[in-house]
This record gives sequence, structure tokens and C-alpha cells, in this order.
Amino acid sequence: MPVLELDSISKHFGAIQAVNNVSLSIEPGEVVGLMGDNGAGKSTLVKMIAGNFLPSAGQIRIDGQGAHLAHPIAARRHGIEIVHQDLALCNNLTAAANVFLGREARKGVGVLSYLDYPYMYKRAGELFMELKSETRPRDLIKQMSGGQRQAVAIARTMLSKPKVVLMDEPTAAISVRQVAEVLNHIKQLRDQGVAIVLISHRMPDVFTVADRVVVLRRGRKVADRRIADSSPEEVTGLITGAIEQV
Amino acid sequence: MTITLEQTIAKQEMTLISRMLRSQTFWVIIAIICACIYLSIASSAFLTPRNLFNITRNFTFTAIIALGMTFVIISGGIDLSVGSTLCLCSMVLGVTMHAGSSLEMGIVYALLAGLAVGAFNGYLVAFLKFPPFVVTLGMLSIARSIATVVSQNQTVFQFGPDHDRLLALGGGSTFGLANPVIYTIILAIITALALRFTRFGRYVFAIGGNEHAATLAGIPVRAVKIAVYCLSGLSAAIAGIIETGWLGAVTTNIGTGMELQVIAAAVIGGASLVGGAGTALGALVGAALLEIIRNSLGLLGINAFWQGTFIGGAILVAVTFERVQQLRSRD
Repeated sequence: MPVLELDSISKHFGAIQAVNNVSLSIEPGEVVGLMGDNGAGKSTLVKMIAGNFLPSAGQIRIDGQGAHLAHPIAARRHGIEIVHQDLALCNNLTAAANVFLGREARKGVGVLSYLDYPYMYKRAGELFMELKSETRPRDLIKQMSGGQRQAVAIARTMLSKPKVVLMDEPTAAISVRQVAEVLNHIKQLRDQGVAIVLISHRMPDVFTVADRVVVLRRGRKVADRRIADSSPEEVTGLITGAIEQV
Repeated sequence: MTITLEQTIAKQEMTLISRMLRSQTFWVIIAIICACIYLSIASSAFLTPRNLFNITRNFTFTAIIALGMTFVIISGGIDLSVGSTLCLCSMVLGVTMHAGSSLEMGIVYALLAGLAVGAFNGYLVAFLKFPPFVVTLGMLSIARSIATVVSQNQTVFQFGPDHDRLLALGGGSTFGLANPVIYTIILAIITALALRFTRFGRYVFAIGGNEHAATLAGIPVRAVKIAVYCLSGLSAAIAGIIETGWLGAVTTNIGTGMELQVIAAAVIGGASLVGGAGTALGALVGAALLEIIRNSLGLLGINAFWQGTFIGGAILVAVTFERVQQLRSRD
């Protein structure tokens, strides 16, 4: 059964039709690359899944149940986590503090509750182990490489055993060597049965790590292809409109 | 032997000593110790119990507000109104006690006044997104003006039935330590614990580090911001109460220019004006250094007009230190 289903989703802002009648379903442990030119509707689509705004029409189903995602916290409660393009990390805090940001582990009760540092360091370390990332929980974010920062942002999504992780351009701003590291993190996450939506402009990344590629153009879904059945040339054609639809 | 991933993750990058050497507070403490050693040799008056008692008491007023200011600065804000807030709270205390209130009720009124000023500042900053600098600059003017109105610009030196208890509160001493010193130590410990071990403290650092990220993580950013300005207002009220007790009189000039000393103390102690960094110990140490500079100029017979130059120099040295660290960590 698909973990996430979009059923004829549309979104318009006034007269602008940002997303038009898009349907999509993702199985657990599947990586779907979401591609399209600027303004094709990728961000709008992802923001609806993440609970940033409601669709104008259509339904989102999670585990077969209709979900009303009116707020990012509602989406999080349904097991949907997002890695933002700018990662949304605090440079002045440690890796562990960022992983637990907004959901700090505490001991004690009421006014006397205090942050449980040993647990948070331990748990963050375990998550980095799962990601096979050489990231130390006690290091400050500002001392870290781009790949390590990605690991922190991804580890944050793993805290709550997510069903779906949305990743917005995770490889846009990092060096070539670190791209491989991030793609590995995505694979680790997939192997744990998490469904992943990967928004990316980088063709090689999508073809390395994704099982399927979905192409949006002017708000419409123009292709939903298995990676094995497609090629970078075809996808480029679909993005630009040189190929109308498949 | 190969190093496993597990060992890499468990490794501590910095030892305690290397972390200490990188901390600004540590170097300020060294500077204070050196200054004390030099002063005890150069001036026979420095190491007398009387002088040490005075130094430790005089620094507390700046130190207490610097503790409150540390929250604001860590969150990425600034509070220029603390000097005037201190004046307003002292005046509220003085006027209500003069009119017959007990010491306890006078303190409650003064604390409420500080809280109200802080809440007002915080509301404008958090909800209306006004720049903290401008909001608190306005409040700097408003609070002192209200204090002048409340007191009809009179000096208050009669504090009603609890007059003596108020003077004992600020001017007395316990176990050879001036009472204000004891309050300062208690407040510093509370501040240190709040910053390091509470979720609130963590949120203050997160907001100062990356407000956008804090919002996305579900942190109640606006509530935390209001809270930090309330703490700053409260700290000014506490300092005002104690200073009133020590001086035994309140004038509308009390606390004039104090905001700059307080900010200087916090910055010298390692708080960063761009937000995201600062400690309770740093605030104390910064305030202590300022007081030592002031005291030593007097003892060494240097013209008091030079005081501003030395204090300004200390601020610049502290900022230079921070800058060097930034450049080094960029490499």
C-alpha cells in the first residue's frame, strides 16, 4: 500500500494555477525524484505535503487515510518530515542540539525539568551512525562541512521515525565529494523503509539515487517514469517541453 | 589499527583546556587577576578589606543588569532602556514606600514596573517586528520621563515605616560580604543554570543563532522574545531596589548612562551583539573588569577623566578578540 498518495491535487493563487490536477503515489522505501524548471510547481506541491498550505482541490492520503494538513505540525504528526533547502540549522549550537531543536529531551518534572544532555548526545550519535556519517554530536554546526550539515538536517527528520521525508535541493550548495556523502544518507534513509521525495535540479543525483522520476511542467505532471525506463536526455526534454508528454 | 566510525563519532574534538583557552571569559579573568596583582603591589590601599568590600559591592549593580541583558543579547536583541528602567523602578519603590507601603509591597510594585517595561519592549519587538534598538531607545526616554513625573522630580530619601529594612537590604552585609554581592551570586547561578539546562535557555540561543530555523522547528519565538525583555526589565528592577537600599535615596538621575556600561560588561564577557553567544559568568567578569578599571584609576591617582578611555579600550580589545577567533575558525 502506498504511504503517501496525492489524488488530483490542484493549487491556485488567485488567477495563477501553480499546481494543476497532479496525482502521485509513493511506496515505503521508495525514492522519487521530483524535477521541473523554476516555477513548474515543485515547491508548491511539496509545501502542500509539508502542511505549509492546503490544496485548492484534491486529496492527500497517508497510509490510505485522508489527511488534512493545515499546519507543518500537523504534517509532522502524520510522519512527514522536511529537509529545507537552507537546512534551517543554528550555527551556534551543537549537532545534537540541532537534531533535537524544538523537541529537546528533558528529565525531571515541571519547573524542575532540565535538558538531558547525555541522552541527546547518545541518540544523535546513534542517528549519525545509522547515516554512516562522520559527524560528532558535540561539534558546533559552524565547524562542519556541507555534507555534515546535511547529515544533521537529515538526522533531525529521523528522530520521530518518519514515513515520508521531503528533501528540497539537498545537493545544491555543496562540493562534489560531499554530494556522494549526501546521496549515501538518502540511501540509508530509504533502506529503513522511509519514502523520500527528492527535489533536485541535478540530473546525475536523481539518476543515482531515485527509483522513479516525476516531471512537472507549468503545474502539470508530464511524466512519471521508472529510472530504469528513462534517460537524462528524455527527462531534460520533458522539463524543457521539447518532449510534450510520456 | 583502523578507526571505526563509532570511535570517530564518539571522539571529543576539544579538551577542557583548549576550550578554556578559546574562551573570552577566561582571558578576561586572567586580565583581572593580573590587574589585581599589579594593583596590590602599586597601591597599598588596594588590598585592604575596605576597598575589596567596595569593589565587590559596586560592581553588582552593573552585573545584575548584565545578567538580564545577556538573555537579550544572546537572542540577537539589545535593551537600551535598562538605565531608565532602573530609575523608574527605584522611583516606584521609593514613592510607594514613602506613601506607607511595606518593603515587600514596594518591591512587588518595583518588580511589576520592570516587568511592564520589559513586556512592552518585548511586545513591540516580537509581534510588531520593530527593531530592538529603536524600541528600547524610545523606552530609554519614556521610562525616565515617567519616573520624573511619578516623583515630581523630587529626591526621595524617606522610605516610610520600613525605611531601615530597605537600607539594610542594600547597604548591609552578611558573613563579611556586602548583601548585593550575595544577591548577585544567587542570580548569576540561576542565570547560568537557565541558559545551560532549560529548554527556555536553549530556545534563546537558537533564536539568536538562526531565528528562521527556530521558527521552522516549532519554537515559540515570539513568546521567548517577550520573555527575554521581561527578564531584562526585571533585572533592572532588582538592581534598582538594591541600589536604592544602598544609596538611601533616589534621584531621577540614578542609572543615567548605565545601559552602556551594562552592554559593555556583557560584550567584554564574551556576549556577541549579533546574537547566539553569551554566558552568565561572562556578564559577571565583564562587570568586574569595568569596576576594577574604575577603582584602579582612583587608587593610582590617574585623572578620572581617563576612565572612559580605558573602558572603551577594554571594549575594543574584547571585540578584537572575538574577531580574531572568527577569522581563525574560518580558515
